[in-house]
Amino acid sequence: MARIVVSETDFDVGAEIAALTAGRTDIGGIGCFIGTVRDAVPQAGTPIVTALTLEHYPAMTERAIQRITAEAERRWSLLGCTVIHRVGRMQPGENIVLVLAASAHRQAALDATAFLIDWLKTKAPFWKREDLADGGSIWVEARDADDAAAARWQTQ
Amino acid sequence: MITILYFAWLRERVGLNEEALALPGGHVSVADLTDMLAARGGGYASAFQNRRTIRCAVNQEFADATAVIRDGDEVAFFPPVTGG
Repeated sequence: MARIVVSETDFDVGAEIAALTAGRTDIGGIGCFIGTVRDAVPQAGTPIVTALTLEHYPAMTERAIQRITAEAERRWSLLGCTVIHRVGRMQPGENIVLVLAASAHRQAALDATAFLIDWLKTKAPFWKREDLADGGSIWVEARDADDAAAARWQTQ
Repeated sequence: MITILYFAWLRERVGLNEEALALPGGHVSVADLTDMLAARGGGYASAFQNRRTIRCAVNQEFADATAVIRDGDEVAFFPPVTGG
């Protein structure tokens, strides 16, 4: 039921919302998360990011995302769900990921959206590499905070 | 034969996207395959030196160190994921 796209191409948020809601009058709320490339690194003195490259495991990626959206649909009464994740090279300010979750009521839409992005960050095979202004590049390390954010959904 | 895929900095350290490997005995655990690869030295030793920073998938499903790999399987090694 979920629309899942993994692509190098940017997405149109308005068009995706329109596609999710087209012809429907039972949807009462749509949760939306958009992840974008930032150029600032949290640590002071670290060079700014000039580009971000998303690598993935093509044979596994869509299946892993399907697992995540199926789990969201099991937990909440969703009337529509869209996950678009870009791969390849992106510039600061560009879109990386879109999560939409539609439901009759806001709480399910908002909670499902948070769940989807938390699990996407920890359970889908993507890796970020940042190119830095000093000419170097680094692989982004997994953050304990992301694991904690994903873990808070485990018991539900 | 099994197919082994490498992603992100594991791919860079090993120097390969993928390779084929004949399994002696027909099956092996993820932990034992990791040890076999690390024992090759060079980029492999560098890639596999810190096991806590390595994740694995067998046939496109996340797998832990005790998972069994059989002939024909596709095994992937990669760092903890950082998408989203």
